[in-house]
Amino acid sequence: MTIRPASDRSLLVSFATGITPEAHREVVRLTRAMHGLRGILNLHPAFCSVLVDFDPRLRHHAEVEALIHERLESAAHEPPAAARTVEIPVVYGGENGPDLEDVARHTGLAPEQVIQMHAAAEYTVAFVGFSTCFPYLDGLPSALATPRLSAPRKRVPVGSVAIGGIHAGVYPLESPGGWRLIGRTSLRLFDPAATPPPLLRMDDRVRFIPVPEGRL
Amino acid sequence: MQDLGRFGWAHFGISASGAADALALRAGNLLVGNAENAAALEMTLIGGAFEFEAAAVIALTGSDFGAGLPHWTAVEIPAGHVVRCGPTRSGARCYMAVRGGIAVPKVMGSASVHVMTGVGGRPLRAGDTLPIGDAAVRRARGPLEPLTSAGPVRVTPGPQSDAFASELYAAPYTVSEESNRMGLRLRGLAIPSPAGSMLSEGVPLGAIQVPPDGQPIVLFVEHQTTGGYPKPANVISADFWRLGQLRPRDQVTFECITIDQALDLLRAQERWLYSLL
Repeated sequence: MTIRPASDRSLLVSFATGITPEAHREVVRLTRAMHGLRGILNLHPAFCSVLVDFDPRLRHHAEVEALIHERLESAAHEPPAAARTVEIPVVYGGENGPDLEDVARHTGLAPEQVIQMHAAAEYTVAFVGFSTCFPYLDGLPSALATPRLSAPRKRVPVGSVAIGGIHAGVYPLESPGGWRLIGRTSLRLFDPAATPPPLLRMDDRVRFIPVPEGRL
Repeated sequence: MQDLGRFGWAHFGISASGAADALALRAGNLLVGNAENAAALEMTLIGGAFEFEAAAVIALTGSDFGAGLPHWTAVEIPAGHVVRCGPTRSGARCYMAVRGGIAVPKVMGSASVHVMTGVGGRPLRAGDTLPIGDAAVRRARGPLEPLTSAGPVRVTPGPQSDAFASELYAAPYTVSEESNRMGLRLRGLAIPSPAGSMLSEGVPLGAIQVPPDGQPIVLFVEHQTTGGYPKPANVISADFWRLGQLRPRDQVTFECITIDQALDLLRAQERWLYSLL
């Protein structure tokens, strides 16, 4: 683990330089252990690091660093919370998944095989981040990995089910985005008028269930 | 509508939002006798006409939008009066704090509108009516001598500063028209990107990230919570307010200081603000 300042009010805690299940467990552990502490304003978990943002009028770097060690230590023997599994109904392809053909071409698979492999896998929410309630999903079969669009779309419809590099994701709101859209769900990941939590949270398990058009 | 932001939700991808010039919002609230976090109006580049159905005490802070009223002090507005704010005559943002606060509902603990996602509502439109609250906590006071935004914007080294030479500090950058509350896009000397790619990691307010085209982006109040571009530097807390006053086509230069120096500057700034109490 390395801890270094990212700014005059934050520390970046890194557990590994690559994506590993161990680093993910530490990210989950630290995010939970630091939540709600006085002077800690925000926690930004990612694949193998957590950014800890604090109020510089109440806390300073050395103090927060000591707190991170202390909280990790005391959380070290706590069993991880039981993972929830969330099933997401998806209509694949067509206007719901305008990039399905491109993903098939890139991966050398038939569109039906892309759908079958995408829906057969079990995913883990590595973290929720980037933009509002966006879940980064680990567990995409490597045969389906497809680079992002070279120029992002200005408008991705809400509920779009997407592939970005080696990750899967679902767009919780209409937004710009560069991931490949292969389907769409009617499940609402986040309601801007409601208070979180969003539907998908860090460490949840996710399965995609193909449904026919009209069942959305 | 802004306050100081919505904290504690970054692990759901929701950045704090809040006033772009939080110092001006805090000062406005203290001038009218509110708690510093009360909801107030943020105007960007151009204002609007605000009719007061009842008498009120307001403070205009930040940039001068030509309202014809004294700024940085509490001002009594008679019932029926219309305060007209026009296009800016100085920086990007003007704040109107009202004694008692503006009583809009809070979403996730904050009245701040996250303009890009709609969390917390939407920007005001002509015809909207806003209730004035009764949450004043002390008497109104003022004036306060405003800070001036001069010289380079100060930064501390970012997490990938070792991968960069000193290009960021070599020449002025121009604020692009594409800038918004998510980020200030700068145009100028291209900064060579370090070799290789990096994994997305958490990014704080004021992070300066360098995408492959070498044109830096300063992450602002509605910033993404994680990002995969390397970051040579991060703007210091005491200079966040100056970012909120930058307009498109303004020029900005950067100077690197230590974290201890940054915290000294922040303490001096807090002393200036609390001279009002």
